[in-house]
Amino acid sequence: MSTSVTPVLRLDGIVKTFPGVKALDGVSLTVMPGEVHALMGENGAGKSTLMKVLGGIFAPNEGQIFIADEPVQMTSPLQAKSKGVVFIHQELSLADELSVAENIFLGELPRKSLGRVDWLTLYDRTDRILKTLNVGFNARTRVGDLSIANQQMVEIARALTVDPIAVIFDEPTASLTDAEKSVLFDVIADLKGRGVGIIYISHRMEEIFKITDRISVLRDGQYRGTLDTAHTNEDEVTQLMIGRSLDLSRKASSHEVGEIALEARNLSCGSLYQDVSFTVRRGEVVGFYGLVGAGRTEIAETIFGLREPSGGEILLDGQTVQFRSPIDAIARGISLVPEDRKGQGLVLGMNCRDNMTLPQVGDLVAGPFVSDGAEIAIFDQYRDKLDIRTPGWRQTVGNLSGGNQQKIVIGKWLSMHPSVLIVDEPTRGIDVGSKAEIHNLIRDLAAQGYAVVVISSEMPEVLHVSDRIVAMYQGRIICDFTAETVTEDNLIQAISGIDPRKVA
Amino acid sequence: MAGLTKQGVAGFLAKQGILVAFVVFMIVFTLANPRFIDIDNISGVVRSSAILGVMALGVTFVVIGGNLDLSVGSMMSFSTIVVLDLHDKIGPALAIPAMFALTLCLGAFIGILVGYLKLNSLIVTLGMLSAIHGLTLTWSGGKNMDIADKEGTWFAVFGQGSILGIPTPILLFALVAAVLGIVLSKTPFGRKIYAVGGNGTAATFSGVPRARVVFLTYLVSSLCVAIAGLMQASRSLGSQNTVGQGMELEVLAAVILGGASLLGGSGTIFKTVIGVLILGFIQNGLLLVGLPFYVQYVVTWVIIILAVWLDIAAKRGRLLSPIA
Repeated sequence: MSTSVTPVLRLDGIVKTFPGVKALDGVSLTVMPGEVHALMGENGAGKSTLMKVLGGIFAPNEGQIFIADEPVQMTSPLQAKSKGVVFIHQELSLADELSVAENIFLGELPRKSLGRVDWLTLYDRTDRILKTLNVGFNARTRVGDLSIANQQMVEIARALTVDPIAVIFDEPTASLTDAEKSVLFDVIADLKGRGVGIIYISHRMEEIFKITDRISVLRDGQYRGTLDTAHTNEDEVTQLMIGRSLDLSRKASSHEVGEIALEARNLSCGSLYQDVSFTVRRGEVVGFYGLVGAGRTEIAETIFGLREPSGGEILLDGQTVQFRSPIDAIARGISLVPEDRKGQGLVLGMNCRDNMTLPQVGDLVAGPFVSDGAEIAIFDQYRDKLDIRTPGWRQTVGNLSGGNQQKIVIGKWLSMHPSVLIVDEPTRGIDVGSKAEIHNLIRDLAAQGYAVVVISSEMPEVLHVSDRIVAMYQGRIICDFTAETVTEDNLIQAISGIDPRKVA
Repeated sequence: MAGLTKQGVAGFLAKQGILVAFVVFMIVFTLANPRFIDIDNISGVVRSSAILGVMALGVTFVVIGGNLDLSVGSMMSFSTIVVLDLHDKIGPALAIPAMFALTLCLGAFIGILVGYLKLNSLIVTLGMLSAIHGLTLTWSGGKNMDIADKEGTWFAVFGQGSILGIPTPILLFALVAAVLGIVLSKTPFGRKIYAVGGNGTAATFSGVPRARVVFLTYLVSSLCVAIAGLMQASRSLGSQNTVGQGMELEVLAAVILGGASLLGGSGTIFKTVIGVLILGFIQNGLLLVGLPFYVQYVVTWVIIILAVWLDIAAKRGRLLSPIA
């Protein structure tokens, strides 16, 4: 790289510590004009922290930020924006009730005398920006009426109100369709042509290799290197990210399956799902695949005693059961690792041990008091078994990475020795390394004789872990497949409501 | 190494800030008026804080469980009036258990509304503040309640007596604090309160009976109110219908000063005791330096706001932050 060009943005030796954690340990990053620079790393590697330092939300303990070789102190996102550094966030931060124009210029609406808003100028400027984005809505549209993808475009339009020097895209394609993605990539190409430096954060390899020039990788808060996109490949990047290579091939189940542990007969729950029947045997992983809203989570919640079925029955080991609350279900050996880890799975402000022992804390007693020793023994056992990385049981769960948090939830339920384990979206928001570990764990559990139900919206995941796959569409089971007979095409047909057996 | 030490000090301040503030505060007031740390003065402050303190211990349970209780002041007036009235009618030995039973019924009623019916605790307890006041006036007919034979009853022991030279109110406060402190930190019930207040949904998904836990926190709170009412009635042997008026806010102030989060899931009995004492000593200190008593209302409020601000600032790592 030629040294005569001044980088638009340079982060130098950034250190950021939180009590007990070194989130960033001397991270440096240089972005050249007209460059698309990918920032990669597992969840918890420090990407978000680094961007929050750049945006002035966190003050770094050490290190310096340079914009066009000028040292700057970032104090807030607004101040960063005034210096030409703008952020496009993965999570939308728009006011639904306001118009597109008001959202884009929020905080800096053009004014007339007496502080009145200059609406004509506002709409005019907004429409000019929207035109460059080639979108199908205008300045006066209410943001709440837009699709998620279009709301994302509003976020991008917001970034273009200033003449940006550097634009940071944080997982921008998470909710976009292919057509919308290509519009986004055009916008990025346009910015690039104008000499803007771009930091592009994403987990999606194909995008990274399609649009970026260089890739910088963080791991455990440390800078691990920068690769030229043209001269590297996915394996090399993955290895840099997780420190080893991944084995994603499916393990054939080598063990025998046992008796039927869980059975649903014509189970219905109002409009959520109807006439659902299936069986799960010991030693077997049954995957539930379908679109969001197909009724899979609701079935799990019914089995776990959180919803009352409107018809049909649930059988455990051949016996009809009726659960009025999760307490009943847990007592009969059912465990649910819920979909929403932070909202349903964990008490984030509580420590690791207390979270893990919560369902059985009433039984871990010596006299009237909770037995510290019994609790720590359980925590230690599952920390070792699941390889949970935490400084100790006193660590607040909210401080752990997504993968380790999920392992705490899994450990919580394994320690209950369930006969049926239901796992809803086991790896949502979890980095590739932990993902593979959790997949292996699910296979191991089946081998040990657990009856496992895995609900997932990711096809590779369902294909990877399941012995059988149940495909759902709008509250009904369309068909089920064995691991040997399933094909991706059949699965896609089934979750769109077409029974592939009848088509043929 | 220097960095680590600095971190240690900051961490200590963030965790024990309230204790540090208490010590600094005591030193400053002692320098202003040495009588402040006179043993009689200290004993007097603790004694006069004891009634408020016992109520704050119960409210700590409710707040950690993620709810509010604004009915405790009004409920304490009720307990006081009821026990004084029944004292002369059925004798103190029966009046006390009768009053406890009635007060616990009020707590159970709130517990059912907030726990099982899942109504907003602010609305329920604010409504109960008013409703119980009406109940108290109905009971008393609006008149002050007095014990006829003030010299001849053993009932005065809870508010005026002493054991081994220590005033009974202080002993009762210490005893209730010790018992509830152990319940909260050492028993499964205590753990479940933290879980329900920290994340009620996750607690439900873990098989914790959320409604029952919330119900029980209100029962504990009303039990504490009954004890406080007993102490109050015994101290004065006569009472107005409004004796507890306004105490719900002072109680809440003490709990917040102690560092319990109003969002639930955090706080301890020990911290609440510190919060109660700080409040007591602030009010006493202001009087000792010669300020009129009504100044304490303003100062108390300022200190609470400061406490809340410093608490969130410690979590954010700076005093002003663009995000919460």
